[in-house]
Amino acid sequence: MASQFYLEFEKPIVELEKKIDELNLLALDGLDIGADVAKLESHVEQVREDIFSNLSRWQTAQVARHINRPFTLDYINLIFTEFIELHGDRNYGDDHAIVGGLARFDGQPVMVIGHQKGRDTKEKVFRNFGMPNPEGYRKALRLMQMAEQFKLPVITFVDTPGAYPGIGAEERGQAEAIARNLREMASLKTPIIVCITGEGGSGGALAIAVGDRILMLEHSVYAVISPEGCAAILWSDGTKGEQAAEALKPTAKDIIKLGVIDEIIKEPVGGAHRDHAATATGMKEAIARNLAELNKLSAEELVEGRYNKFRAMTRCVE
Amino acid sequence: MSWFNKEKAGIEKSGGKKIKVPEGMWIKCQGCSDTILGKDIDANLNVCPKCGFHYRISARRRLEVLLDGGVWQEFDANVTSVDFLEFKDAKSYQERINAALAKGGSKDAVICVEGAIEGTAVQVACFDFSFMGGSMGSVVGEKITRSIERALEKRQPAIIISASGGARMQESILSLMQMAKTSAALAKLKQAGLPFISILTDPTTGGVTASFAMLGDINIAEPKALIGFAGPRVIEQTIRQKLPEGFQRAEYLLDHGMVDAIIPRAEMRQKIGSILKMLSRSAA
Repeated sequence: MASQFYLEFEKPIVELEKKIDELNLLALDGLDIGADVAKLESHVEQVREDIFSNLSRWQTAQVARHINRPFTLDYINLIFTEFIELHGDRNYGDDHAIVGGLARFDGQPVMVIGHQKGRDTKEKVFRNFGMPNPEGYRKALRLMQMAEQFKLPVITFVDTPGAYPGIGAEERGQAEAIARNLREMASLKTPIIVCITGEGGSGGALAIAVGDRILMLEHSVYAVISPEGCAAILWSDGTKGEQAAEALKPTAKDIIKLGVIDEIIKEPVGGAHRDHAATATGMKEAIARNLAELNKLSAEELVEGRYNKFRAMTRCVE
Repeated sequence: MSWFNKEKAGIEKSGGKKIKVPEGMWIKCQGCSDTILGKDIDANLNVCPKCGFHYRISARRRLEVLLDGGVWQEFDANVTSVDFLEFKDAKSYQERINAALAKGGSKDAVICVEGAIEGTAVQVACFDFSFMGGSMGSVVGEKITRSIERALEKRQPAIIISASGGARMQESILSLMQMAKTSAALAKLKQAGLPFISILTDPTTGGVTASFAMLGDINIAEPKALIGFAGPRVIEQTIRQKLPEGFQRAEYLLDHGMVDAIIPRAEMRQKIGSILKMLSRSAA
């Protein structure tokens, strides 16, 4: 990976890895330390396993936002072939925080759409930190309706801090754009598979996340508001993100219990950012399996099933 | 229409964050700064008789003035929220629910009724801002979805009167899913060719705006109502500049093509009645 960036709790792993690198350098000088290196390697494996199988919710939120985590275009490159990006909403502009286009999945033509973040400063700004404006959602809808027209399944990748809160976004109808997507996705007559890959940030995420199957990567998060946003409102202190993350219960393990997602996709030990290819392999397997099931259903069965799926998302008493 | 029962007579005391206007008290109007007799505002549907400034009005009083005869049949009045996440900030969610219930008003943030407007039978969901800021959790989403499903079943128009801070944080992801659920129900209504009128009142923000509130075949706002996706403070903090004059007010939305019309409270029943007649072929 180009840039090295480590989260605080990844430090013990990083230190061990450094030690292994040093030993390997000594080995180049002819010292026989093979046994020591092997021991350290199995030790670091263990430490990584321990840390990543016991992440707190706040730590998970940080992994979900890791700068080296695979983004939509990474998955597109690793999972799909013949990707042809399609731009613009035909009304106002082309939003770089959402990408989409035609591609093949295992040979089958599909429409793939996802939020896109940037890694370096320039790209981050270009992608608006993965926060779409209304034209992004309208582009996504245009592509989804095209998919319906040509009977192509839709596969979406969700990874956004949220819809962009700006003056222009409000003036051009951010709320309307999101709302329309929710309504139109609910009745789209083609299979929709949603993959939550990083941050599932509220309405900005949901606007491309109404589907027949909702898959979620192990260390992703999905909630009504970011931990910081929640903390700013409830504790009037945006730095209390850790407490807010605990309260919001946004992890895959938390929300599968509520019936909001269908499946958790395992990440490589150490997180998706450690091994893009392995993450993509797991993702591809899950998409393939779900797509094969959905391909068998009629448009009516899909729409009815999708309605019932979201209809059941309720917890109340009477 | 004998199946309507008068729910409650008179003015709901636990109503929204309307101004407290003890009768006979003079108050300084927020709109025109004139000194107005409180009871004159109250008698005028909580609208300043001089400048037309719309104060907030309680959900039940709003239904009384909107529906023919001030009568309706309420549905799902006893559906209540559960603290399934055991959400806790300064207080637990359960404590907040209990405190809101203890006020003795609505049992959650929306009242769903069947009534008539100028003779057209309708399903109406009206937000009660006094219950946890009109926030939308499972109960609100469920009741609104049922209201739309009743409209489908009875082939009646649906009306939602919004007044909400948005999704209810204490139910986290399930609050978010109510946006999808209610919008999916509206997709069915649209396909069935039934009208949906969204009335946006002060304030309508967040997840409520970004779902059903913006999906009306006709979107109607009350004068000067705050309507938006992100809160003004969040936007200001993000872009670090001052917001334009009148930003996110009804008139601003009208100007930017987001609402069809701004209608004063006093004209709401007649205008909506007229719209419903023109949109429903069954009515003359």
